[in-house]
Amino acid sequence: MMAAPCLPRAAAPLVAFAELLRQSEFPISSEQVTDFLKAVALLGPRSMDHLFDAARATFGPSPDRRQEFALLFRRHFYGEVDGPDDGVKGGMARRGDADDAVARRARDVRREKGGTLSSADEVLAARDWDDDDEGRGALSRFRRLLGRSLPVRASFRTVPARARGQLDLRRSLRTLVRTDGDIPRPRLKRRKRVQRNLLLLIDISGSMKLYTADYLKVAHAIVQGADRAEVFTLGTRLTRITAALRPASPIQALERVSHCVADWDGGTRIGSSLGALVATPRFAAFARGAAILILSDGLERGSHEEMERAIRQLARRAFRLTLATPLAADPQFQPETAALRGILPVLDDLIDGSSISSLTRFILALGAPGAVARNKGKREQCDR
Amino acid sequence: MTSLPSSIDETLALLGSAGYVADRPLATVLFLALRMGRPLFLEGEAGVGKTEIAKVLAGALGRRLIRLQCYEGLDVASAVYEWNYAAQMMAIRLGEAAGETDRDRLEADVFSERYLLKRPLLQALEPDTAGPPVLLIDELDRTDEAFEAFLLEVLSDFQVTVPEFGTIRADSPPIVLITSNRTREIHDALKRRCLYHWVDYPDAERELAIVKARLPNAPAELTREIVAFVQAIRKQDLFKAPGVAETLDWASALVELDAVALDPAVVSDTLGVLLKYQDDIQTMQGSAVKAMLDAVQAELKAA
Repeated sequence: MMAAPCLPRAAAPLVAFAELLRQSEFPISSEQVTDFLKAVALLGPRSMDHLFDAARATFGPSPDRRQEFALLFRRHFYGEVDGPDDGVKGGMARRGDADDAVARRARDVRREKGGTLSSADEVLAARDWDDDDEGRGALSRFRRLLGRSLPVRASFRTVPARARGQLDLRRSLRTLVRTDGDIPRPRLKRRKRVQRNLLLLIDISGSMKLYTADYLKVAHAIVQGADRAEVFTLGTRLTRITAALRPASPIQALERVSHCVADWDGGTRIGSSLGALVATPRFAAFARGAAILILSDGLERGSHEEMERAIRQLARRAFRLTLATPLAADPQFQPETAALRGILPVLDDLIDGSSISSLTRFILALGAPGAVARNKGKREQCDR
Repeated sequence: MTSLPSSIDETLALLGSAGYVADRPLATVLFLALRMGRPLFLEGEAGVGKTEIAKVLAGALGRRLIRLQCYEGLDVASAVYEWNYAAQMMAIRLGEAAGETDRDRLEADVFSERYLLKRPLLQALEPDTAGPPVLLIDELDRTDEAFEAFLLEVLSDFQVTVPEFGTIRADSPPIVLITSNRTREIHDALKRRCLYHWVDYPDAERELAIVKARLPNAPAELTREIVAFVQAIRKQDLFKAPGVAETLDWASALVELDAVALDPAVVSDTLGVLLKYQDDIQTMQGSAVKAMLDAVQAELKAA
């Protein structure tokens, strides 16, 4: 029997770093680990900077996780635990409170895996998840129906059509060549229909605490069932949680979300959070032509003008803009705050966001024939 | 043809010789990509110089640059190959007219390389006397997942299969650079096959070097003020912060206008070169420009 190849001693800490990254849920493949070792060998390495650059190039942390990556690197190679950021690596960004919080939560999860501790966020994550089979069944149905219920648009990719399409010259000519110039019938093509982007913005401030878990369950089902969905949380800051909602298991997904959001149940700064969204080109680009659903009570602690401005900017890009508020469950509800009154003209829908069923019903009706953005013309007038 | 750099310093010098002022992390990842024969995946905001890296690299190494601009609906026929159907039809008719009856020979003839229209990916696999070309797959995030999945095969084995013709494999793999503005996430499977680098906005020192390298005739004082102003404007809450491309365009515009220093009037008149959204221009017009300019000039004087 052949013995397993022995890892050179010098390579052991490098491989252990890759293992640490995996434990922290960075998607690291064996191929990347091999590339990391090759890169380190190519660079010398003559300094720790070389090690860091090789790690960053081969493991490729996404921009959202670069600071966490740098933190893990320092912890592994410098043995730093919670020491001050003394700028050992010149190019590294300074750690902020949020990163410390992320690191603390990551530690808590690792300890929890060892059976010693559950983080406060995990308690939050587990709060309502397991004990509601009926709700889970409804969400599972929702997820299955979602694919064919969302609004669609014409893609630039074409697919073969049986009838009522344009002439597909390329396929017709290909048939022609294969049949020695005899063409049985012309081939047709049509533009493929693809789902519109669905952008979900969830208010996780203290006033929405009762609804946060339900909203996250709906968000998880949407990320699982829709082709193009993005989910952000709005609190005192904007946090993108789409990647955290990718695992198929809702419990696992919610656990990940609880680790990446730092402002649970805090204040509400919808205006500045939405401002951050429209100010980031890649997020703003996603909003273009998207069905946007804001899940919030609209109670803004910051400036309502800022919120109005940001929502107007979003409305200009959206295919359909909806505010789902739990306050609308009350039949007597009237939008009376300055912020709500200000954004009303640019909203296509103001709906009841107090339960999973009302939300899922609305989302499943988004793509129904005749379901159009009612305020589109009105919005354009406002813009002018 | 220039040989590949053998160190990070050589990589920096190579890029510098072609007028691209790179920082050390970028030079490191580029050096690794060249030495390991791996595609380099560059992500970053629009206008930070991702595409330029490929152009500069091709120029500096004396290689051919092959660019594949991605867009929604990009398919194999536009990216890899297509048969020249019109020419094939003509060949069939001419064959018939000449009394050609051997069907197999006719088919082998019309599906030969002569009738194959090579698109960028296939061109990049062909041998080149100047050495393997630089293949730039630009703005991959604009295309869809189906094309991304197709790229996996090409980037893994550097080969393409044309059913009627056979498999075409690159003797020497091209130098591949992929760019994305990150309007959507690229699949991990593709990222794993590449080395990765996030191209950020340059700091003031590097941006100054870039402007000096690209516009050596611009007055020194004006250049310093332009860079300081752009750095300050990027800290504002704007819909789209100006990239390096906009800085260079703005500097060129000011040089054309014979400006020797920034003043509120000239900044306001040329703000459209720097900012591309009306909301941003409105935010910055008037007193905001003057206040920012005063702060920038005071800071430069103090330095």
